[in-house]
Amino acid sequence: MLSFIVKRVGQSVLVLLVTGLVAFSMFTFVGDPIDNMLGQERTMEDVERLRTQLGLDQPFVVQYVRFLEQAAQGNFGISYRQGRPVAEILMERAPATLELAAVSGILAIVMGIALGVFTAIRRDGVAANLIMSISLIGVSLPTFLIGILLIYLFSVELGWLPSFGRGETVKIGGWSTGFLTESGLKALILPAITLGLYQMTLIMRLVRSEMLEVLRQDYVRFARARGLSNRVVNFRHALKNTMVPVITVIGLQLGSIIAFAIITETVFQWPGVGLLFINAIQFVDIPVMAAYLMLISVMFVAINLLVDILYAMIDPRLRSAS
Amino acid sequence: MTKPVLSIVNLTVEIPTRRGIFKPVEGVSYDIRPGEIRGVVGESGAGKSMTGNAVIGLLDPPARITEGEVWLNGRRIDQLDAEGKRRIRGGEIAMIFQDPLTSLNPLFTVGEQLVETIQLHLGLSATEAQKRAIALLDRVRIPNAKERFHQYPHQFSGGMRQRVVIALALCSEPSVIVADEPTTALDVSIQAQVLDLIKELARERQVGVILVTHDMGVIADTTDQVTVMYEGRVVEQGTTSQILGAPTHAYTKSLIAAVPRPQVKLRRFPQVSYGGRDTAFKIEDLARNWDRSTTSKSGTLLEVKGLTKRFLEKGAILPSHRRYFTAVDDVSFDIKDGEVFGLVGESGSGKSTVARMLATLYPVDGGTVTFDGQEITGMTAKQLSAYRKQIQMIFQDPFSSLNPRMSVGDIVAEPLAHHKLLSRSEVGPRVRELLDRVGLAPDAYRKYPHEFSGGQRQRISIARALATQPRFLICDEPTSALDVSIQAQILNILKDLQEHLGLTMLFISHDLPVVRQMCDRVGVMRQGKLVEVQETSALFERPQSSYTRELLDLMPRLEQLSEKEIADLRT
Repeated sequence: MLSFIVKRVGQSVLVLLVTGLVAFSMFTFVGDPIDNMLGQERTMEDVERLRTQLGLDQPFVVQYVRFLEQAAQGNFGISYRQGRPVAEILMERAPATLELAAVSGILAIVMGIALGVFTAIRRDGVAANLIMSISLIGVSLPTFLIGILLIYLFSVELGWLPSFGRGETVKIGGWSTGFLTESGLKALILPAITLGLYQMTLIMRLVRSEMLEVLRQDYVRFARARGLSNRVVNFRHALKNTMVPVITVIGLQLGSIIAFAIITETVFQWPGVGLLFINAIQFVDIPVMAAYLMLISVMFVAINLLVDILYAMIDPRLRSAS
Repeated sequence: MTKPVLSIVNLTVEIPTRRGIFKPVEGVSYDIRPGEIRGVVGESGAGKSMTGNAVIGLLDPPARITEGEVWLNGRRIDQLDAEGKRRIRGGEIAMIFQDPLTSLNPLFTVGEQLVETIQLHLGLSATEAQKRAIALLDRVRIPNAKERFHQYPHQFSGGMRQRVVIALALCSEPSVIVADEPTTALDVSIQAQVLDLIKELARERQVGVILVTHDMGVIADTTDQVTVMYEGRVVEQGTTSQILGAPTHAYTKSLIAAVPRPQVKLRRFPQVSYGGRDTAFKIEDLARNWDRSTTSKSGTLLEVKGLTKRFLEKGAILPSHRRYFTAVDDVSFDIKDGEVFGLVGESGSGKSTVARMLATLYPVDGGTVTFDGQEITGMTAKQLSAYRKQIQMIFQDPFSSLNPRMSVGDIVAEPLAHHKLLSRSEVGPRVRELLDRVGLAPDAYRKYPHEFSGGQRQRISIARALATQPRFLICDEPTSALDVSIQAQILNILKDLQEHLGLTMLFISHDLPVVRQMCDRVGVMRQGKLVEVQETSALFERPQSSYTRELLDLMPRLEQLSEKEIADLRT
């Protein structure tokens, strides 16, 4: 088990090094940062001075290693647009995105698994078929359209929920949370549904097909032959086996919830890192873009590391094989 | 006579289909008395298992009981509702399934599964249930029951898992056990142990056992009473000695005659003649077009020297910490041109690994394989491709060795296309010809594998193997997934191929009587080593190693067969 974790951590570090290289390359290949930093009226001396000062005259590899050193300490440089340290800006924005991602992730997992199990057990039922048909809409409609439709229905027509922003937030330490105020919670509902709907339908369909497969297995038949009740067979024996492949996909999907947040945040003007990233692209604010890329990849890698460990915990066969 | 614990009276099961009502079980009646083992025998599709499933209420809808009665300990149970039947399942009637590898849930420990069942049926506390579970594991002779209790199914071997399944069946003190092909997936030696255990438990606990099987040897060894089924009906029943010694029905007679004998070598496998569903295999037509330009110069086609294969058992970063498992250990033999060489041994003895190395599916870790004077380990890619064209494989499981998404025509055409043997326009007619020759109807070309029975699929595998006109055929347990009657057909096809086309064969099997009939020479493998190589008749009559003798002793036999009947079979 330990060698398994060590191996996975090693792979994760490798992935981070590669994305770090991509993020770093943006500085070097997407225009010249000196051009971005100095205005129209500059002398050749200014350019040379700044170049040496920033270490941009050093070889590529030296610069990359230095970038990694800085990044590991949470220093991603200074935003071109806002003139403030990138780390500081990210820290301000991250709570909004993480809270949104957490709520929609939990929504997607809980609802996805529950509906998936329901539609698998009642395979031929009317309700199950209805859910399956409706879920097709969830998969096929683009996220921004769902967001706009929800805003139209609940904000414009019914006026129940706010159409944009985070509502009031409370600051706890460095973390600003929307969970503690009524307007904050209200503001969370529509974006969370918008963001989680696609993942929810995906998880539901996956759980359903895996569960149907598991219910055909001999050990399920044998469990029934032992006289176990339907509840025990379905929720103890079948569900655990269903979760083994589902967990991998859930891990990947949670990562993409954070990445997909860009679209939802744009539609709802949600003040998170996704919106920050979109603005950064418009202004070619490379330090922000690089930092965002690193942040997302750290999340992806961390979630997948957790999933792999969880996987081995559920499936004893993996534990002994490693 | 004691009162029966279970009586099945005139039971009929119906499945409504688009083409009318299909009756997989029709008017079946039999009784089980305490401590008695009743064998139910017949081909697959004869309704043996369906009867068992109907009794315990595990029929898959839309199948349903439409007629008849089932009485358990003086109570009628066929009319109970789902909940009532569930209470009986695993309680008064327990089940044992065919495949021990798939009947246990891989994610729960053996102990958890036992305790769950015990608590459900006997309502004991957790600690009492655990005590009872360990006692049961001990009773089915699982060593270190206390430690094994906490282990997962994958940590048990096939035979041990079947013991766990038996322990699970005993959890609730059942009065009847339905054992559906409990030893079909096991080796001869393990099979004997498991059957002994079932016999012993039946006597000791006065449990009535329904033993569903297609193996006449198992019937002869284990059962007290036999019911012979054919196409959903009981054709004959009585005591085991009566049925095996003096069968009256034509189907029973031909079924018994079709069992391969270890005692004598016959020219062909006797087939089940009843029902007459054999389709002809047109060997003469196939032989006419066969390319025989290549014959080996020395008389020896394949020479294996010091063959070794190691698998990584436990990985580690440092090579010195890695642990290897030697699957094949310094194996040497040679196969003459036109010979059928048998390889026998228990599962895990390395016989399939040898076959895979010969087919270049596994790289060779040590030793040499020389085919027709050329060493295969040193071959270039081009030579290797030519070699692969000359060797073909037929696998054990006809259900998983054919791609379910490809039509049969495409499956058989694939080797032709891969080796670019024929132009595109010639492939179609050639494939149709091959399918025709192995006895499949012309419409097989467009059909998909799932539309065929096991025996027909194995014919497709043979057609695919013959497409490249190979010289050497590797058959890895080609009939162990098939019924006796189908087995005879397939084995006769293989015999014909060897006789008429001069094919050389490596025939792997754990079924000794079949090996006796098929092979010219036999090698016996144990734990990766080749312990003995002999002419077949010598091996069966004068085994040299103690292990071979042990294997021969464990073979289930039909002793009841008289000398006269054997004489009849020879003609």
